[in-house]
Amino acid sequence: MINPVAAVTRLRVMGPAYFPTGIRERIPRPRSRVLLVAAIVFFVVSNAFNVFLGYLIVNGSLDDKWYDFRDLGIGMRELTAWLDTQNASLPSGFDSVGFLGDHWMSYIATGFIGAFAILNFIGIVLLILVWTERRLLARIQVRRGPNRVGPYGLLQPLADALKLIQKETLIPEGADRFLYYLPPVLIFIPLMLVWGVMPWTPNMTYLDVNVGVLYILAVGSLSTLAIFMAGWSSNNHYALLGAMRTIAMMISYAIPQSLSLLAIVLIVGSMNLGDIVAWQSDHNLWLAPLLPLALFSFFFSATAELNRTPNDIAEAESEIVAGFHTEYSGMKFGLYLAVELGNALAVGALVATFFLGGWSLFGLENTLLPPYMIFGVKMAMMYFVFIWLRGTLPRFRLDQLMAFAWKYLIPLTILNVLIVAVEASILARWDVNEFISLGLFTIGNIVIAAVLLRGWSRALGYRPETEPLMHPTLHGTVGGLKEAQRISSVAAAPDAAGSR
Amino acid sequence: MESAGIIAAFWILAAVTVGGALAVFLSRNLIHAVVFLVLSFLGMAGLFITLSADFIAVAQILIYAGAVSILMVFAVMLTPMSSRDNANSLYAMPGVVLGLAVAMGVAFVANDVEWSVLADLDADRFPTTVGAVGDLLLGRYLLAFEVASILLLAALIGAIMLVQEDDA
Repeated sequence: MINPVAAVTRLRVMGPAYFPTGIRERIPRPRSRVLLVAAIVFFVVSNAFNVFLGYLIVNGSLDDKWYDFRDLGIGMRELTAWLDTQNASLPSGFDSVGFLGDHWMSYIATGFIGAFAILNFIGIVLLILVWTERRLLARIQVRRGPNRVGPYGLLQPLADALKLIQKETLIPEGADRFLYYLPPVLIFIPLMLVWGVMPWTPNMTYLDVNVGVLYILAVGSLSTLAIFMAGWSSNNHYALLGAMRTIAMMISYAIPQSLSLLAIVLIVGSMNLGDIVAWQSDHNLWLAPLLPLALFSFFFSATAELNRTPNDIAEAESEIVAGFHTEYSGMKFGLYLAVELGNALAVGALVATFFLGGWSLFGLENTLLPPYMIFGVKMAMMYFVFIWLRGTLPRFRLDQLMAFAWKYLIPLTILNVLIVAVEASILARWDVNEFISLGLFTIGNIVIAAVLLRGWSRALGYRPETEPLMHPTLHGTVGGLKEAQRISSVAAAPDAAGSR
Repeated sequence: MESAGIIAAFWILAAVTVGGALAVFLSRNLIHAVVFLVLSFLGMAGLFITLSADFIAVAQILIYAGAVSILMVFAVMLTPMSSRDNANSLYAMPGVVLGLAVAMGVAFVANDVEWSVLADLDADRFPTTVGAVGDLLLGRYLLAFEVASILLLAALIGAIMLVQEDDA
């Protein structure tokens, strides 16, 4: 006989309807015919628009026009030229001595538009990143993540921000007020400065500086002092410990980071980020396969400088409460969180620029696909890798992290710089076919990187875990499930115990 | 005649630099003094940018604002009396005298030298400075460059020797 109630209950527990219907996300299903017709119309119209755009691009009538949506920099250039003509045609009395210069209108306009675009990009993207990170982490950890506020929980970051703004700002007793208020603001400045030099398309760079690589290193080093100020002024031992850890880590990992960027500069021969991307586009070769060791060390040092999870000893929750921002509450704390996420995206963009070809995709950037979209996709991919690492890897210990920088990464990157210098001088001196030379260098560098990464770790005494896995075993004599079953069976039937 | 933007930038940056430097020895707290020193360094970097010396400006930020300030912070933290009054120093009078002497020297040089002013200043006269700096470092001033490298290497090895623990 089947108990129907029990059968249904078991089905509910075992089957797909494990979660009660209230918690399950409802997937909106278009039921009405109007929605279907609207979808078909949208499909047809958007495809027709796409075909029209494709015709324009094949036709070539879109090239170098201000409305070329593939490269917004062209429009800005046209605007600058137009403003310059307006500037020249000003009444002479206003600008007779050249006091304001010939380009002041275009300077002000381009500066304002670029800064406005960067600020808005950061602001909007931070809201999306919070949601993305939490949802992906939840997916990795077999949870649901935020799903209550708005569709799919998309408005959760807004709700969090509102909550943080409303919260009371607590200032610890004995805190240094001046240094306590400054860091949450100061730490936001490098984040925005880094985005200035990113090449989005061939013509779309806000600050096209010749020392781009050095600029990024310099701007990145500025946040160290802000973190120290935050930790020192809080009048809290945990905060100070976190700040000191951060400084030690940043100083250590700045060296392999700079050395891996030096390898790129040696090969490309320029410190301009746009030139680095153009080199990869011209040679149809990303720097990731050509310089795998540099990619590894840059990526790992970046996670260390970012305080991301494999290396977030600066705010290790299990050791020191929250590190340098232990005593910060409300929106000050929110700013630290935002900067952490924004820096992760910025480093993703840097990895995409340096190693993954930036806006180039083997000629596809000259077709319908806008280069800034290619760049954005690469950036998002690297950000996904950061989230993946955070969800997967455990935290390093402080001494392990420092030893990894000084004993492992720095010797390897110095060796890498030597090898790359030899290769760069070969490329510069002999007129070898680039296909052959770069191909050989790529294969050689991959082999060298694999051998060095493995061999040097073995030489330092690191081995893969060789201890056998401990399987839980049940011992009848000391307890456990079997013993419990035996005891209960003994209690049920006393004569069975005697026969055993 | 330079444009108004450059002149305004010069005066603002000069105010930031000098004001930061003044605040360094007017502030009572040593950590505050370090922070103001970084402000002064950043103002210097801005002044370099107005002179089209982009490499030196970025190097100034990277080395002074990024690294030297952290070194100073560590030095202050490791000093036992770091929370002491900043003005309470034995070297106040000699410092003032030395500073006055340096200021007078700079003022004399600035007044005495006949500065040649280029009339037609524009961006084309200043190509990229990075390549020029690299060529000079590895060409004309190679000996000085190598001497500096050896000095830094010796300092590095010396630091490692100082903190080495005896295994015996």
